[in-house]
Amino acid sequence: MKAYIRSAIAISPQKTFNNPAFLDDPAAYRDTRLTSIEPDYSEAIDPKSIRRMSRIIKMSVASALACLKDAGIASPDAIVTGTAYGCLEDTGIFLSNIIQENEEPVTPVAFVQSTHNTIGAQLALLIKCSRYNNTFVSGGASFENALLDALLLLAENKAANILVGGMDEITDMSHAVLSRLGLYKRQPVSNLELFNENSKGTINGEGAAFFLLTNTSSPNDLACIDAVATFYKPDAATEFISSFLVSTSIKDSDIDLLILGNNGDPKNDAIYSQVQQSVFNGIPSINYKHLCGEYPTSTSFAAWLAANIIRKNSIPAILAQGKIPKKKINKILIYNHYQNIYHSLMLLSSC
Amino acid sequence: MNDPVFVVGVGVISGIGNNVAECLHALVEGKTGIDKIKYLKTNHSDLLPAAEVKLSNDELSAISGLGPAVSRTAMLSRIAAQEAWDNSGVENIPSLRTGFVSASTTGGIDKTEEFLTHFLTDNSKGKLRDIINHECNSITTMVAEKLGICHHISTISTACSSSANAIMYGARLIRHNILDAVVAGGTDALTRFTLNGFNTLLVLDGEYCRPFDENRNGLNLGEGAGYLVLVSERVASLLERDPYCALTGYFNANDAYHQTSTSTDGDGPYLAMSGALEMSGLQPQEIDYINLHGTGTQNNDSSEGAAIQRLFHPHYPKMSSTKSFTGHTLGASAGVEAVFSVLALHHGIIYPNLRLQTPMSAFPFVPETAFSRQPGLKHVLSNSVGFGGNCSSLTFSKL
Repeated sequence: MKAYIRSAIAISPQKTFNNPAFLDDPAAYRDTRLTSIEPDYSEAIDPKSIRRMSRIIKMSVASALACLKDAGIASPDAIVTGTAYGCLEDTGIFLSNIIQENEEPVTPVAFVQSTHNTIGAQLALLIKCSRYNNTFVSGGASFENALLDALLLLAENKAANILVGGMDEITDMSHAVLSRLGLYKRQPVSNLELFNENSKGTINGEGAAFFLLTNTSSPNDLACIDAVATFYKPDAATEFISSFLVSTSIKDSDIDLLILGNNGDPKNDAIYSQVQQSVFNGIPSINYKHLCGEYPTSTSFAAWLAANIIRKNSIPAILAQGKIPKKKINKILIYNHYQNIYHSLMLLSSC
Repeated sequence: MNDPVFVVGVGVISGIGNNVAECLHALVEGKTGIDKIKYLKTNHSDLLPAAEVKLSNDELSAISGLGPAVSRTAMLSRIAAQEAWDNSGVENIPSLRTGFVSASTTGGIDKTEEFLTHFLTDNSKGKLRDIINHECNSITTMVAEKLGICHHISTISTACSSSANAIMYGARLIRHNILDAVVAGGTDALTRFTLNGFNTLLVLDGEYCRPFDENRNGLNLGEGAGYLVLVSERVASLLERDPYCALTGYFNANDAYHQTSTSTDGDGPYLAMSGALEMSGLQPQEIDYINLHGTGTQNNDSSEGAAIQRLFHPHYPKMSSTKSFTGHTLGASAGVEAVFSVLALHHGIIYPNLRLQTPMSAFPFVPETAFSRQPGLKHVLSNSVGFGGNCSSLTFSKL
């Protein structure tokens, strides 16, 4: 199972879309939530279609279409998306409508666009793609399962080009609810200082990232995806990491860079410290959630980051912090856990 | 990668029964589960019939072993998944890599409705325990833990074809040697969210639905859960009982026509059915029975019928829509109907399409109107079509 990343596009709280520069001017926030920097969609999507689209649909459709364009693929052989929360804004609108109008909602638009497969469906409609179309809603393993599905399809020779994406949105309602659940810092913090805060909680994030994966290499490939694996509530992180390294036949010394899911919450981050003192001892590492915030499909942002680091053979200064020795980066391992429920590993390498 | 995948366990709960035996009995007797809405609190209970599972949340809680305050979707899932898991006997085989792939469209939204009623007046109100399982995947992980399954847990949501895609994914995880055994299917409870959604789309029949009738007037919603236990050949050989059948074909396609309706010629259902047949190496005339998606809406039945005509003319298999019994159980429907398809094959029986009086004039075929025994059934096809053009078909074959 190996896939070539022909293109990768992200819309995120950073200036990642339509921007040839690579995180050289990081967006700073002082908040408990980071909001995506959205482009002018009228360039990417037909204005007639935009009108009805919620934010997550727009972010996703725009990045997916740009991803196809970059790869020079008009219509892929499969579209697979992963989203933990799906189309939250439309779900909230329709639910509120039912309650406030005493079960006499006036329009089905929000209901129709609330289904979790709306993004995959809208893409299929827009590019007239009648091929394989699937949507995973597996919490903190949603993007990972979409990626696994794509790798399986490539291995089955069912598809040569696959569009894979991960996306989640914040709404005012979801932020209020998740804040009450104690996920975030009590006070606004500077995102770029997230790892120096030492207080409970993290910062909320969102975004959409799409990848065009292929089974054949080309000179334009950013990187390769070698493997993806998820683990549900593992007893010991070190054990599954070791078994993953064995199953992918790599030694820890082969890994040039780790991308870790630290999110600024001490309890959450203790798990990463632990593996860095054992299985990952001595491997240079960077964090990413101070740039995009914490959300269940943030690993799609991490994969976008990894693919670009490999392609450009350069780590943005905001991430390297002058601590990473300069050498050729051939292999990156992304390790993330979402609320210590799902843990995941994604291995990327230079092609 | 093309190794056979066997069905070794089935479990179902729906408006016609709380387990496989009860559902089978109702199917044989021709007893519909559609009735006046009794359990869901809604203003529409006098106007819109539905096929509810005939148990209150407290009663479901007692059977499922889950707390009475959790989502009804989770309780339905636990009951059907546990029945399938117990039925398979897989649990008795040590050191297997097991998975739970469950589908849902509503997740815990029944509880979110309760939460929001309070939250909307003041966002510090509403019990947090009512919102923590909003996500579909919370339902899946809750049930997986009860089943003792941990190697792979995932959730798929592709509207009304969700469960078919869960079954496909489960089968593929086995074929790729990632797992040895998978419980795959789906669950959805009747909720005010979906009832009002479909009502606003004007696709609900105020009378009992009549799939594939010329005068059909929409669908009735239902609720339930249905799961299969899928295993590799190696695991099947370790079990005491023979498998029910093999899952020989599956295919996922998109109609790419409209967000909520299917193309006139049924492009999506046609691609799904022909793809599933191709994978199973079957010619159309070898299919003995089609469990139709057959919702009873003008659009679905014309579109699905057109696809069947394109693929099967002039050799039409017997066919019926069991949604005339269970209503449309949305994300669970392909799981419930996969169980019914497996049972049809296993027992050599074909279910009637209830209330069919005037066959659709556009087509030369007529779904079955009476129950019959067909001991020679070899291959069964199950269709599902969803919002967003998501179409998937499965073929099951006798061993």
